[in-house]
Amino acid sequence: MEKALKRYSPIFVLPTFAAFIIGFIIPFIEGLYLSFCQFTTVSNFKWIGISNYINALKDTSFTDSFKFTVAFAIVSILSINVLGFGLALLLTKGLKGTNIFRTVFFMPNLIGGIVLGYIWQILINCVLSIVGQPLLALNTKAGYWGLIILMCWQQIGYMMIIYIAGLQNVSEDLIEAAKIDGATLKQILWKIKIPMVMPSITICVFLTLTNSFKLFDQNLALTGGDPNHTTEMFALNIYQTFYARAGMQWKGLGQAKAVIFCILVVVISMIQLRATRSKEVQQ
Amino acid sequence: MEKRKNIADKIWIVVLAIAALAYVYPIVMILMNSLKEETSISTGTAFKLPTADTFAGLANYVDAITSKGFLQSLGFSLFITITSVAAILLCCSMCAWYITRVQTVFTKGLYFMFVLSQVVPFQTVMFTLSQTADSLNLNTPWNIWVVYLGFGSGLAVFMFTGFMKSVPLEIEEAAMIDGCNPLQTYFKVVLPILKPTMVSVGILEAMWVWNDYLLPTLVLDIKKYKTIPMLIQYFRGSYGKVEMGPMMASIMLTVIPIIIVYLAGQKHIIKGVAAGAVKG
Repeated sequence: MEKALKRYSPIFVLPTFAAFIIGFIIPFIEGLYLSFCQFTTVSNFKWIGISNYINALKDTSFTDSFKFTVAFAIVSILSINVLGFGLALLLTKGLKGTNIFRTVFFMPNLIGGIVLGYIWQILINCVLSIVGQPLLALNTKAGYWGLIILMCWQQIGYMMIIYIAGLQNVSEDLIEAAKIDGATLKQILWKIKIPMVMPSITICVFLTLTNSFKLFDQNLALTGGDPNHTTEMFALNIYQTFYARAGMQWKGLGQAKAVIFCILVVVISMIQLRATRSKEVQQ
Repeated sequence: MEKRKNIADKIWIVVLAIAALAYVYPIVMILMNSLKEETSISTGTAFKLPTADTFAGLANYVDAITSKGFLQSLGFSLFITITSVAAILLCCSMCAWYITRVQTVFTKGLYFMFVLSQVVPFQTVMFTLSQTADSLNLNTPWNIWVVYLGFGSGLAVFMFTGFMKSVPLEIEEAAMIDGCNPLQTYFKVVLPILKPTMVSVGILEAMWVWNDYLLPTLVLDIKKYKTIPMLIQYFRGSYGKVEMGPMMASIMLTVIPIIIVYLAGQKHIIKGVAAGAVKG
């Protein structure tokens, strides 16, 4: 069978492979190379070694955006997962209206980041003006919490669905047995349910982690980095470096930042996968 | 004991109902404001319902459709999403089948690259990707699906191979022995088995392409072609002053079809997302 299939490889593999080369491999390799160059287009470049990387690390707007992204990621990962898991627990108890609640909580997920950003910008600005605070464009603190509320609103439902799928796989017998042995509800939660849904936790933490680090659309639409770049996250900072100003030095600097960003995301998600995978139990 | 549990359940239902209302509220608020007159929309009064004085009927919607190019953007978004998702489903499932059934250094290396491409942030390739697309003339709504197939193949191939590994080889071999060539085997045997995974992958990729903002912004010529997310973003900077009325109408026009599609297919969508995540 393998032999017959191999003869057909142009039909089966070539279309995806060709598109993958155009859409990922060429841009990725070119991007790595250009991060060591000064350039304005891909055909007009000059090798300058690692000075882009040095400039990127010296750029305080970049390091500030890193701190902001980390501060955002920690709070949003925690709140999305705790609330998503809590909802999943409630919605697997067999309450009335479970289906309606599930439908409603999942819905914001389907709406795109740009649209969500503007919806929440209007809402949050209205709240701020009623309580007499400066609007989002001048208010870093509100921008930070606004982004967190927005992310929770969008992602809790998604994580809830994954946790529900995980909880439904926990066998009733196990919980029955624990009850007969006199386990309290709290013990059942911590000693049975949570260890048994560890694979779901791995997935959800991984998704929220990468989503938080890569967040762009919501950031652009809700705050646009205002005031004065203080709510600018990693991805937006890179975008601004590339496209906000004209000049020889910016694109190389942006590309170097983007490579650093890529390495960070890959390393952090590897560490996270290792850490939570090791806590999974064999079923 | 039983009674106390009942009361606790009722309290939880009330709490959940309040949370659900709060969840829907932002969208209701936009709907209310999209029905107000342009001059009555201000940051301080966004929570107020439209009154007889401020009610503008569907004027904002008419404006969004007739003079802001909403229908055109809707058309572009629909076309791009349908072509891209169709291409991804067909090409990536074929590629995934090949990768699982033919184990060589090439297929293993390719699989690794697909997995890697999922983690790499778009910003790392955004500039070079848009230049590559330009130089190959892949910068119109008619052929941008090639770019989406390339950048979206990571997730799709990954999910298809994850499922394919659990499909027994015997059925396919039987088909081959009965005289099917690989293409016939694929379309008659493998494709039907893959259907549930197709639904999952299709939903996830459609959500991504439909809502994607940065890729089409960088690849397409914004003066000629605007997808819906591009149109909404365009309201902010490009008309001098932000026209809140038509902007909110456009947001509603974007959200309403999504909600309708969602309510119609919510069982598949929720199941698809759950299945997709568990394999991913």
